[in-house]
Amino acid sequence: MFDDIQLSSIVVAMVRNVPVLIFAALGGLFAERSGVVDISLEGKILASAFTAASVAYASQNPWLGLLAAMAVSCLLALLHGLVSVQQQGNQLVSGMAINIAVSGLTFVLAQVFFQQGGRTPDLGGGRFAVVEFPFAEALAGVPVLGWIYTRLLGGHTPLVYLAFVLVPVVHWVVYHTRFGLRLRAVGENPHAADAAGVSVAATRYSALLLGGVLCACSGSYLSLVQSGLFLRDMSAGNGFLALAALVFGSWRPVYTALGCMMFAFFSAVQVQIEGVELPGIGKVPGSLIQMIPYVFTVVILAGFMARSVAPKAIGTPFVKSR
Amino acid sequence: MNAYPLPRWATSFALPLLNLLSALLVAALVIFLLGEQPWQSMRILVKAAFLNAEGLGYTLFYASTLVFTGLAVAVALQAGLFNIGGEGQMYLGGLGLTLVALSFDASWSPWALIPLAMLASAVFGAAWAFLPGYLQARRGAHIVVTTIMFNFIAASLMNYIIVSHLIGPGQQSTASRQFLPSAWLPRLNQWLPELGQSPLNITLLLALAALALYALAIWRTPWGYGVRAVGLNARAAHYAGVPLSGAVIGTMMLSGALAGLGAANSEMGSGHHLTLNFTAGAGFVGIAVALMGRCHPVGILLSAILFGGLIQGGFDLSLEKPNIPPETFIFIQGLIILFCGAMENLYAPLLYRLLRGRQASAHV
Repeated sequence: MFDDIQLSSIVVAMVRNVPVLIFAALGGLFAERSGVVDISLEGKILASAFTAASVAYASQNPWLGLLAAMAVSCLLALLHGLVSVQQQGNQLVSGMAINIAVSGLTFVLAQVFFQQGGRTPDLGGGRFAVVEFPFAEALAGVPVLGWIYTRLLGGHTPLVYLAFVLVPVVHWVVYHTRFGLRLRAVGENPHAADAAGVSVAATRYSALLLGGVLCACSGSYLSLVQSGLFLRDMSAGNGFLALAALVFGSWRPVYTALGCMMFAFFSAVQVQIEGVELPGIGKVPGSLIQMIPYVFTVVILAGFMARSVAPKAIGTPFVKSR
Repeated sequence: MNAYPLPRWATSFALPLLNLLSALLVAALVIFLLGEQPWQSMRILVKAAFLNAEGLGYTLFYASTLVFTGLAVAVALQAGLFNIGGEGQMYLGGLGLTLVALSFDASWSPWALIPLAMLASAVFGAAWAFLPGYLQARRGAHIVVTTIMFNFIAASLMNYIIVSHLIGPGQQSTASRQFLPSAWLPRLNQWLPELGQSPLNITLLLALAALALYALAIWRTPWGYGVRAVGLNARAAHYAGVPLSGAVIGTMMLSGALAGLGAANSEMGSGHHLTLNFTAGAGFVGIAVALMGRCHPVGILLSAILFGGLIQGGFDLSLEKPNIPPETFIFIQGLIILFCGAMENLYAPLLYRLLRGRQASAHV
């Protein structure tokens, strides 16, 4: 009865889907740990996806696309920083504004550049190539081991490995480096950090820029790996899911990545389960499974399962005390 | 607190106007880069949206929805709550309204049906806002994150309900069946034929009434006083005896009810059925409307008309200028939110210096 649902393909789909979330969530982690709310993740992902696709299409080189995406995403991060750090404006409103503006602008630019109804042409050689493991063909026939080696571990693009490597790296940066210590201090108690001689503004700007770079990876992954072209509003709530993962992981890198894996798992299940008869339940509509990550986040936010503790100074602009 | 004390005319007129002009300047630059002439485009837009009766009718039609979603955000902001969930609350409001309309449109008279359908939209919207309000008040779950999540939950839920249950038999589009004319809101072009085909309807009058009621409730009742006190300083309000969770939950439900009412205009006034994603971002534009209007009823009305005009004029402009698709105005909305909402005090230092300079020279 479970013939139609294959756990192995769900797991592989999860590994393929999760980098978008991991990059974005880790990017948001830097921003929010420094005390700046970043709901503009969504907009940065979308802008990166568009930039990466356009540049990769024009140059037929995915790495150039990724670099260009980083530049654009960092510009948006700087704009968000200008509002949140320098202007001491409302960080939520700034994030919303960036999301809405990017959603409109990417469509318009795609339409003007490519005249295909707001999408880019198929990228062809502009996509990231799959990393081939040695002896992959020879091992493909071996049961279990062959699947693990060729499908689960192998057969992905470099960005997938980068995403998984980044999790321990970000953990190390946040908890074991001088920058990480300053980052957390600025996010928890900026006045104390300021009194200790740490520049709150510089730390927040660098955190936002790091977030911009990571969001660029996330967006590039969407267009250069997953779809192979840019589509209108293709970020499709991934930025907000990444925020949900941050809440889920209580703003800690490893737990946040686990949250991302869970959300990616649900979306893989949703694709698999669509239209399949389940014993006793019947057909479960995919849109209801789509809801699960969001419901989960609300439940966790409400403190019914685990307490999620946000950085203390999050969302409050820093005004130097006299 | 305020580093740049400015007179009231400056903060409520000069600053928003300067911000709006900056946003339009950036927009003009983008239109120029798209290869069109900004000034000419602007004239086409203004002409299409405001200078003929039918176009103005469309503008006011879009504005009536935006008044409701803008009020929803404004009410919540008075209590210091940032309700991003207007989109979801409006979507659910549309469901409540549709359920009533589909059940009774064959048997009831419009006099009973329309008020009941509107009541249902308000109740559904309020119910959808209750949980985020409750979780904020009692469990400390931040309203911004929960309302974002509730938007997504609403989108999935409505997708399921419409696709699995409400699509009429033998129907291709993802929408409920058409309501019978007893559930149609009377259009104003019955009395004012100049309005032409525009779907402007009695919702406009309701929107104006809602603005007046909002002003009365917030500034002239003890309840509104409590809400504003909570927004300014929750601890002090609590000390003064305002029940905190009551104020938070009550304001959120009122906010949700207003967002839910926003569904009536487009569903019963124009399309006459519930479609997938009928909200079309009106809940989000409501945030811009409230911020630009500085939560003042007149400000909300004016900015709703501005955004309505952008939607209507944008459509017409895109027909004449293929290089400027209607999506350009989503971008311009974003710019306006950025300049008028996030960077609202961008020009405060400049204006302050200018005014102080003039005063100083006057004293000499």
